[in-house]
Amino acid sequence: MTSQVRVSLPQHLRTLAHIERSEVVIEVEGPVTQRSILDALEAHYPTLKGTIREHDTLQRRPFLRFFACEEDLSHEPPDAPLPDSVAAGKEPFLIIGAIAGG
Amino acid sequence: MSKARVLVGTKKGAFILTADGKRENWEVSGPHFAGWEVYHMKGSPVNPERLYASQTSSWSGQVLQCSDDGGKTWYAPGGGIQKSPQGWPMGESNRFVYDTSPETGAPLTTHQFYDGTQHPWEFKRVWHLEPSLTDAETVYAGIEDAAIFRSTDGAHSWQELSGLRGHGTGPKWQPGAGGMCLHTIILDPSDPDRIYIAISAAGAFRTDDGGKTWKPINKGLVSPYLPKQEAEVGHCVHHIAMNPSKPGTLFMQKHWHVMRSDDAGDNWQKISGNLPTDFGFVIDIHSHEPETIYVVPIKSDAEHYPLDGKLQVFRSRTGGNEWEALTNGLPQANCYVNILRDAMAVDKLDDCGIYFGTTGGQVYASTDSGDTWKPIVRDLPAVLSIEVQTLS
Repeated sequence: MTSQVRVSLPQHLRTLAHIERSEVVIEVEGPVTQRSILDALEAHYPTLKGTIREHDTLQRRPFLRFFACEEDLSHEPPDAPLPDSVAAGKEPFLIIGAIAGG
Repeated sequence: MSKARVLVGTKKGAFILTADGKRENWEVSGPHFAGWEVYHMKGSPVNPERLYASQTSSWSGQVLQCSDDGGKTWYAPGGGIQKSPQGWPMGESNRFVYDTSPETGAPLTTHQFYDGTQHPWEFKRVWHLEPSLTDAETVYAGIEDAAIFRSTDGAHSWQELSGLRGHGTGPKWQPGAGGMCLHTIILDPSDPDRIYIAISAAGAFRTDDGGKTWKPINKGLVSPYLPKQEAEVGHCVHHIAMNPSKPGTLFMQKHWHVMRSDDAGDNWQKISGNLPTDFGFVIDIHSHEPETIYVVPIKSDAEHYPLDGKLQVFRSRTGGNEWEALTNGLPQANCYVNILRDAMAVDKLDDCGIYFGTTGGQVYASTDSGDTWKPIVRDLPAVLSIEVQTLS
């Protein structure tokens, strides 16, 4: 099964990947999870490899967070299913830069 | 007519400043990579239109950027040559993997950490990019945690020169307050197999076989913050400079102390002389006068700003020990900026231009060997690095 998932990226990653819109729509095969979304995103935009997850461990970079449906999913297992509304494209999967700085 | 192109890396993007040979009127382009820290940019001596940039952020890590038109347009290496069927850039130019292969020595996997324990090497960022003197596609990267990498395919892929970490002293290397960074790479124009590097806080090292093996070159350095003040390694070297016309002579700004070596780093002598303070970060050499050197004294390791709020470049025309303050055009009151280790450069025009950038966002230039200065741009984000290209 293929899902059309909306992904929202922070400004600096959109600039890096030459994405002009605030959201991209990614085709995700199989269960919609953090891992499957990020795998599909990186396959479409290889310059994002290493900028959201570490290269080899695939650990989320510490200053980025994953939100959806008004929930912080950053600490959920990467293979846990995401809410149906994300899989259905009704709600975006949000990749957020943690606030920092003066 | 000749031109100067100044490459400015800042805390929030890159800027490129260009002027004709008179260097009176400057055009400013940028910010490139807005919002990202640009630790360093440098152009290839072989093809000056090929620029390399280290773009990094605490949020999203390391990205390498290239330009083939002198900084007008940029691409993450891979994107310039190889594209996906959909036309998206390919490649993983930001992947720096420490070498642990048995074939190349399986070098050390720990270094000394702040608390004195041993800590594994972890890639943080690229501090310095040094393009090859002979091949525009070859570039070296100095990284944190300290190691040197090389790319021979235009920064598409990177391989560690692991003999440096394999030298055997790695467990004694330790991070300074800014991290354990390899910040200086100098390629010897007279010997393609000779490379110098410097690490905070490990010291200076040299290879004479193209990077296979390395040795510490810290004899003569004295560091009061080490249990053994003249230790083989552990010194916080801030920067090293070499004039290509005199490659056996090196000048060093250490944490404290300004030093010189006339035997390719085998022995160092202190040349602080009459400097009002010999703490500092930058050091550079006049393009046409290999015994004329420049430093910017900083008050102390606790107070990273000029003495008495007066920004002064000090010049020695005698290769050290005898220094004169250069103040004309520089703020002489209430100036509390810092000048970071890679933020000074010289051009090769007949009247050698000297440039430096401050953490207050000013880039100062002199076109008369330092006698007078003026800000060529003054409200940028904090300047991390300066390089200059002399273009015909």
